[in-house]
Amino acid sequence: MKRKIDIDQMVERLLSGDRRAAARLITMVEDEAKGHREVMKRIYPHTGECSILGITGSGGAGKSTLTDHLIREFRKQGKMVGVAVVDPSSPFSGGALLGDRIRLQSHFLDDGVFIRSLASRGYLGGLSKAVYDVIRIMEAMGADIVIVETLGTGQDEIDVIHVCHTCLLVLTPGMGDDIQAMKAGIMEIADIIVLNKADLDGAERSLRHLRGALAMACTEEGTWVPKVIPTVSVANKPGKIQGLSELASAIAEHEQYLKDSGAIDKVNFERVEQELGLIFKDELQKLIFKGLKGTGKKRKYIKSIIDRKNDPYSVVEEVLNVYLNPGK
Amino acid sequence: MVRNKKIKVLLSKVGLDGHDRGVKVIASLLKEAGMEVIYLGMYQTEQNIVKAAIDEDVDVIGVSYLSGEHLVFTPKIVEEMKKNDLDDVLLIAGGTFPPEDIPAMEKMGIDKVFRAGSLTEPIADYIKNNIKKGKE
Repeated sequence: MKRKIDIDQMVERLLSGDRRAAARLITMVEDEAKGHREVMKRIYPHTGECSILGITGSGGAGKSTLTDHLIREFRKQGKMVGVAVVDPSSPFSGGALLGDRIRLQSHFLDDGVFIRSLASRGYLGGLSKAVYDVIRIMEAMGADIVIVETLGTGQDEIDVIHVCHTCLLVLTPGMGDDIQAMKAGIMEIADIIVLNKADLDGAERSLRHLRGALAMACTEEGTWVPKVIPTVSVANKPGKIQGLSELASAIAEHEQYLKDSGAIDKVNFERVEQELGLIFKDELQKLIFKGLKGTGKKRKYIKSIIDRKNDPYSVVEEVLNVYLNPGK
Repeated sequence: MVRNKKIKVLLSKVGLDGHDRGVKVIASLLKEAGMEVIYLGMYQTEQNIVKAAIDEDVDVIGVSYLSGEHLVFTPKIVEEMKKNDLDDVLLIAGGTFPPEDIPAMEKMGIDKVFRAGSLTEPIADYIKNNIKKGKE
């Protein structure tokens, strides 16, 4: 009974813009603590309007510093900004060193900015499993735009496209030639490619390579053609910053395109489809392992697979059969 | 699968103190101990620290002092924490200061002081055993 009241309270506080409720709720979601689903169910109807901007790129490319400057641009537009920054968890200790806040200092005391660091906690794909809920919590608290910054990515951590509306890929000069830029994976997911540190040697060449590679990519008539925008986003040196207002305009332009073309519907459909898939996968696995717990069957199955008396596919089919046709 | 509750620790330096080797070592070791460490960096104010502690919903605030400002900043941090009802957050301090200052610091409201040279295991154990937040 007590928990019920807490949930009511929590939802109410969150919807009235209480950042502590938001902060605590994010922890609950991250920890998969009791009651978090109930709260998320209640919050769901209050979400779905805010813009979601993804920022990805390899470690050290300048994602956080760029995020810092983008927050400033959005604040100028009078928007409340939620920021979720992901850093990796240790696969050994489970601990994490979350250092993105160091670059986001200029907004610490601004009540219109809510920054939360998330550890990936073993989730692959460059994000944290909690990120869908974190976005919704930030929106329910009042955020007009949520920025999701991935951990440092390589070639294939592309889950951020299933989370955001507009996706920025941050690159730096000297990261490879046009062939690198033509490869599949992360290069394909960007709506806007940011060539950061564009004051470094080789920037011109990198720009040429990127634009060349994009010119070769096939895009359907009327769909968005990714833009390449060079920026210089040095921390604490406002005089040196370049390209940020161009970047902000490009983001606004992409947002407008999504609305005008109706592409937003497809993005939203794919987002939900992806999230449903994730939850199903997770829940089914939990359900099945829970069902096998204490029966000794899991151990037996694993042993039989190791001994080559059975194989993983047959085991899964056998177990699923039991679950899907319980009568037989 | 990595799951269950994680202890979240906010580490920071305050004031004009540019010596961050120690706090980085602690950050690294607490990470090894399975905690999620949010490092704020140098030159922070008490307001910055407390605001970050709220948004990040941390269990522990750890402050590193190496420039003799421990008796100046400690009361300010404690005051700011009180002002924001952070009574369920553990406050620990570490660094270089005269041992005779430790009772004063504890009286000001620091839960535990670790001087330079402290072994890491006791620090991690202390945190694990003294978390105040009974998280839901």
